Amino acid sequence: MSGSSKYQPTSPVGKWFHERLPIVAFVKDHAMDFPTPKNLNYWWTFGGILAVMLVVQIITGIVLVMHYTPHVDFAFNSVEQIMRDVNYGWLIRYMHMNGASMFFIAVYIHMFRGMYFGSYKAPREVLWMIGVIIYLVMMATAFMGYVLPWGQMSFWGAKVITNLFSAIPFVGDFVTTWLWGGYSVDNPTLNRFFSLHYLLPFVLAGLVILHIWALHVPGNNNPTGIAVKGPQDTVPFHPYYTMKDGFAIVVFLIFYALFVFYGPNYMGDAVNYVPANPLSTPAHIKPEWYYLPFYAILRSIPDKLFGVIAMFSSILILLALPWLDTSRVRSGNYRPIFKGFFWVFVIVCIALGFIGSKPPEGSYVLWGRILTAYYFIHFIVILPLLGLLETPKPLPASISDDVLAKAKLA
Amino acid sequence: MKKFATFLIAATALFGGVAMAEEGPTPAKGISFSFEGPFGTFDRAQLQRGYKVYKEVCANCHSMKLLSFRNLADKGGPSFTEAQVKSLAATFKVQDGPNTKGEMFERAGLPSDRFPSPYPNAEAATAANGAMPPDLSLITKAREGWHGTFNQLWNGIGGPQYVYSVLTGYETPPADIAKEKPEGKYYNPYFQAGHWISMPPPLSDGQVTFDDGAPNKVDDMAKDVAAFLAWTAEPKMEERKQTGFEVLIYLAILAGLMYFVKKKVWAGVAH
Amino acid sequence: MVATGAVAGVGAALVAWPFISQMNPDAAVLALATIEVDLASVPEGQEITLKWRGNPLFVRHRTKKEIEAAKSVPIADLKDPDARNANLKSGDQATDVNRVVGGKEQFLVMMGVCTHLGCVPDANSSLKEFAVLEGSIKTGGWFCPCHGSQYDTAGRIRKGPAPENLAVPPYKYLSDTKIVVG
Repeated sequence: MSGSSKYQPTSPVGKWFHERLPIVAFVKDHAMDFPTPKNLNYWWTFGGILAVMLVVQIITGIVLVMHYTPHVDFAFNSVEQIMRDVNYGWLIRYMHMNGASMFFIAVYIHMFRGMYFGSYKAPREVLWMIGVIIYLVMMATAFMGYVLPWGQMSFWGAKVITNLFSAIPFVGDFVTTWLWGGYSVDNPTLNRFFSLHYLLPFVLAGLVILHIWALHVPGNNNPTGIAVKGPQDTVPFHPYYTMKDGFAIVVFLIFYALFVFYGPNYMGDAVNYVPANPLSTPAHIKPEWYYLPFYAILRSIPDKLFGVIAMFSSILILLALPWLDTSRVRSGNYRPIFKGFFWVFVIVCIALGFIGSKPPEGSYVLWGRILTAYYFIHFIVILPLLGLLETPKPLPASISDDVLAKAKLA
Repeated sequence: MKKFATFLIAATALFGGVAMAEEGPTPAKGISFSFEGPFGTFDRAQLQRGYKVYKEVCANCHSMKLLSFRNLADKGGPSFTEAQVKSLAATFKVQDGPNTKGEMFERAGLPSDRFPSPYPNAEAATAANGAMPPDLSLITKAREGWHGTFNQLWNGIGGPQYVYSVLTGYETPPADIAKEKPEGKYYNPYFQAGHWISMPPPLSDGQVTFDDGAPNKVDDMAKDVAAFLAWTAEPKMEERKQTGFEVLIYLAILAGLMYFVKKKVWAGVAH
Repeated sequence: MVATGAVAGVGAALVAWPFISQMNPDAAVLALATIEVDLASVPEGQEITLKWRGNPLFVRHRTKKEIEAAKSVPIADLKDPDARNANLKSGDQATDVNRVVGGKEQFLVMMGVCTHLGCVPDANSSLKEFAVLEGSIKTGGWFCPCHGSQYDTAGRIRKGPAPENLAVPPYKYLSDTKIVVG
């Protein structure tokens, strides 16, 4: 998106500054004038929502650090002191706690939107891959944050997840000891998780900048999946999408506020209000809801090493998605068979999450295995074959054509 | 949109099907409290009675480490007066020190003191009771009375109901498991960790006399103390709901305004 | 050029090491080495859980029935045939006697850390969960609540995702009823 900027400084000071640091032109080009397809629907507003959630998490997080004590003897009580004694501490802590869940709700919608509309396909592969990395860093950040209150689920979640690394052949035990700084999850572990939990959101912010940079090279995908043909297909980002995103953000904040104020502990686990006890594992340990599908995959394989490999592959396979999907048509709107498989895949992911929340007994084990198998089949078999076998519907000539045709129908 | 609806129906059917097959511990008794729902508030008199039950019964074995006496006068709580809190606190002995000679000494409690614990450490508490009596500060947030994704979304986790159910749930064990009775344990189907609980039935009719003359059957005292423990676990609940109501009204107005601005901006563009 | 680059590279690697190594257990953690256990305080058929190196340590006084059950299992039936006993050499067979000290078979001393993902297996699990195991293990053993691994009365993995038998830490008898662990 280089080319000539529309920004022309008029004042001498503006001119002087522009010649030395053209940041005003940069912001104007990328945040205001950026040509954006005019047919983006509300599923496209989740990028903006995610940016807001990242900022909310960073601000509430920095404030919480002013009151939190990262030590095994004080962490639990310092969080409770925030809840009880710090002015508005309960609000800030509940915002941060539920903000993590909201962040993941938004990121999952954002990812499924990308999958449905083929936003990962050429020329947006790098954009998609940076997104997958952002998702991985988010998961690491949320995991370390969950350990900080030092409740029972914090402790045992940390123990189970760090133990995953002990599955690495030969060096596994050294790696886990190194991660823990001891022979178990203990004070050194809490301290380093705190340090990294503070650092990683800023890494995320940097990755988000790369993500937007990679987005602004080819420009946005859109519901038709066909490329922008000219200025008639686009509108400037401001005011069109600043207002549309703004509206969606406020609606999302209402949803967020409902949880913060009327169900602040719904997303969490009751056991985490019991202080950590290294000598007793709670009866049903399970991770936060946003990890559950992957946890189900881990458990569905009765071998430690292969379970861990399957779990990591289920995320890393997303990096290969641009090449696994062989169809040349981007948008699912024009792929009648893909559309069906897409929704089946969404249901499979939700069902895996449900299985992950259940104890590993009885029919849950069998269902977990079937769904895990399907998860991988979707990527490795269905998507490559579908691109070759499916006859897509005819594509409109341009975004404008499509918009006009729809306007006529309405 | 139609597709989304189909998807939702399919997902619900799938979950419903699996959820049916579930079984767990006996769900807590579904009694209702004044503090439920988006506008529910604590019943001050009930919290004051609950405090009395806590102090005269529970506090003999259970600690309440996260609370200070001053909290009893906080807004949104039992609302004892400052003077009442002072005299309540003074009924406890608190260890302080060291004094100028380097010795620890005992003095009467002050409003700024934390509730003293009945045992010096967890080991002493376990040794005296056969099992560790849990700290009660957060008990209604740490125990689930019932389960189910949607059930908990509408009805909460049932923490206060759990406390009430355990307190009122002592039964004679069914004949087939009566012979498994472990030494020094009691049968209570509501107890989370298996049906055998180390705590003897703590309440008996008329045990605590309330200043306001409220009924003091086991059932009433259990309800009052469950409400008190709901407050100790979430002392800012009233402030939270009140603030939430204001925030939601503000956000609703802002959303409305944003919607019309967005509509106006897009009015001239087919999209 | 190449030589300079190589020297710079070596320097960078040398500088990186302290920053990696600082995460390993520090001197104070390493010093938390040994505990003494009085076995006379453990009644038959029960176990105590102690903390050693931040992890739970099980000391179980096994009944005759439990020992018999463990002895009756053929080595070929074991998922992990290695004794996993720090007092023996690696590769020794996981016979019942190799999991304890000969002549003191009633005392089983081992880490209460599931070799799958580190949860504490539960000896007092309801028998219902154990009933799925065939043969001798019905009479006792340990069940991990996290992912359903099941260990027999000698702490050997019999079912579930855990790859290894529960580890036996280094320990020795100081007297007839006293051991030192670590």
